[in-house]
Amino acid sequence: MRRASLLPAVAAGVLLAGCSDPAPERYGPNPQLPAQQRGLLPSMEIAKPAPWGDRRPIVPQGYVVTAIATDLGIPRQTLVLPNGDILVAEGRGGGAPALRPKDIIANFIKAKGTTSVKSGDRLTLLRDADGDGVYEGRSVFAENLNAPYGLALAGDLLYVANQDALVRFNYVEGQTRASAPPIKVADLPAQINHHWTKALAASPDGRFLYVGIGSNSNITERGMPAEADRAMVWQVDAATGAHRPFATGLRNPTALAIQPGSGQLWAVVNERDELGPNLVPDYLTFVREGGFYGWPYSYWGQTVDPRVRPQDPQKVASAIRPDYSLGSHVAALGLAFSTPAMGPQFAEGVFVGQHGSWNRNPPVGYKVVFVPFRNGRPAGQPVDVVTGFRESNGVTRGRPVGVTVDPRGALIVADDLSNTVWRVTPARRSPAAEAPSRPTAAPTGNAPPSATPY
Amino acid sequence: MAARAGRRTAAGFHLYHVVLLACAAPLFLGGLLSDLAYARTYEIQWLNFAAWLIAGGMVFAGIALVWSLLEVLLRREARRRGPLVGLLLLLAIFILGLLNSFMHARDAWGAMPAGLIMSVVVAALAMAAVWLSVSGDRIGAAA
Repeated sequence: MRRASLLPAVAAGVLLAGCSDPAPERYGPNPQLPAQQRGLLPSMEIAKPAPWGDRRPIVPQGYVVTAIATDLGIPRQTLVLPNGDILVAEGRGGGAPALRPKDIIANFIKAKGTTSVKSGDRLTLLRDADGDGVYEGRSVFAENLNAPYGLALAGDLLYVANQDALVRFNYVEGQTRASAPPIKVADLPAQINHHWTKALAASPDGRFLYVGIGSNSNITERGMPAEADRAMVWQVDAATGAHRPFATGLRNPTALAIQPGSGQLWAVVNERDELGPNLVPDYLTFVREGGFYGWPYSYWGQTVDPRVRPQDPQKVASAIRPDYSLGSHVAALGLAFSTPAMGPQFAEGVFVGQHGSWNRNPPVGYKVVFVPFRNGRPAGQPVDVVTGFRESNGVTRGRPVGVTVDPRGALIVADDLSNTVWRVTPARRSPAAEAPSRPTAAPTGNAPPSATPY
Repeated sequence: MAARAGRRTAAGFHLYHVVLLACAAPLFLGGLLSDLAYARTYEIQWLNFAAWLIAGGMVFAGIALVWSLLEVLLRREARRRGPLVGLLLLLAIFILGLLNSFMHARDAWGAMPAGLIMSVVVAALAMAAVWLSVSGDRIGAAA
């Protein structure tokens, strides 16, 4: 009736009724795409937040995890500065109006699985001046921002992607507080802001900024006019603020990263919902300039999504297959290229922070995985790196968002449920060897006076 | 005298039922027309209208269902064919309307064409229920 594949979908539904797991998630370059299905109600499985207490996330043997900052105002993405200081972007954006009875109900239910803390709307700087792995220094680098998310440093310019604008600060190494209010580089699409996060990466030469802009809907249910300038990666000229679409059809590119060596832009993208527990895979991909990745007309290349009207067969024909499936509904929100300092098993590849599903039973994500690379491309199954955020009974202590690699050999994970920043390091290294030379900067408590504090 | 007062009470009781149905029916009808407009234009706002109109229809249909149930349970004279058919109709409207609400919770064209078909059925049933509730059979007691 609705789809030619209704019969297999019904058969699958019958099959699923017999077991709790709706087939395993599928990873890698060639995920199997099951038939589209949608029950009467979308299955929702919401996290039950709980404090960490004495517990910690679980890391592989030979690694240790510590909380280097707590009680933040919803940490999302982090940036390791050249001197080892860590900037944390904190905030909550969005606020798209409820258009249908469904939106009101779904928003109410989904809010139970997230933090109730007030949006920080600021950048917090964390400093470990003596290199012992304890970040004793903490200061507010900049405040009164509008849901800052993406962070990038290019030379002496620090770029911040707010939910409505790309802004920049001048940055001098060792600085603990911005010396002046931010300067706007470019306005970013902010109407409705269903997917409000603006991911950010800077080209190696600092000439261009890449901004990930999510769609304004799951699958065009707010109308196509709302999708102008959405679901794409912009290339912004750092000098002029002029922008052009760099790649399109990327439903929600939540994190961008430049691959060391090649200088290529990579992204993790969150795909559409309500087509079943094993559709559509969130993915990791090299972002091809001028490429169209399917949204909204098709997914995983050229599989048509029948929910979009009018359809566009020409666009579908031009859609590119992404490189690597991370599994459906994992909600990949963090991406960072690793370094050999992270240990031999994580020497080449990317870390991916997965916020975790809300509409899949059993839930998936709620962890940080490592996707190994060989010859600059993904190769092999993802490996769990940081887990223990969620128990099988639904009790959830944390939800990973941004991940960043400290070149000295540490993985920084922002957790927006417990409002914590975690740091994972190989245990064998003595803390003193971890961060050799530090500028003799004063701890953040005595921040150097700046001429125009704001 | 007492009999006449009883009839008047009965008619008053039934009047609420009629008014509730008279509220539900045009809302379901509006939902159907909005669905048709969406199917013809792909203009998403029509689908939003349809979802709200159906939700509104469900509120009145739900109250009418409870009312009708009370009528049949509390009033011996309501246990005749007309009121019982009316109750069953309302039950069908409520169940199909709920399914239709879930159908309209699907995104974009995912609601179609099943949503449109269900809207046709629910609107038709709602109009039939109004018809029945004001027909002679139903208020025959006052004749």
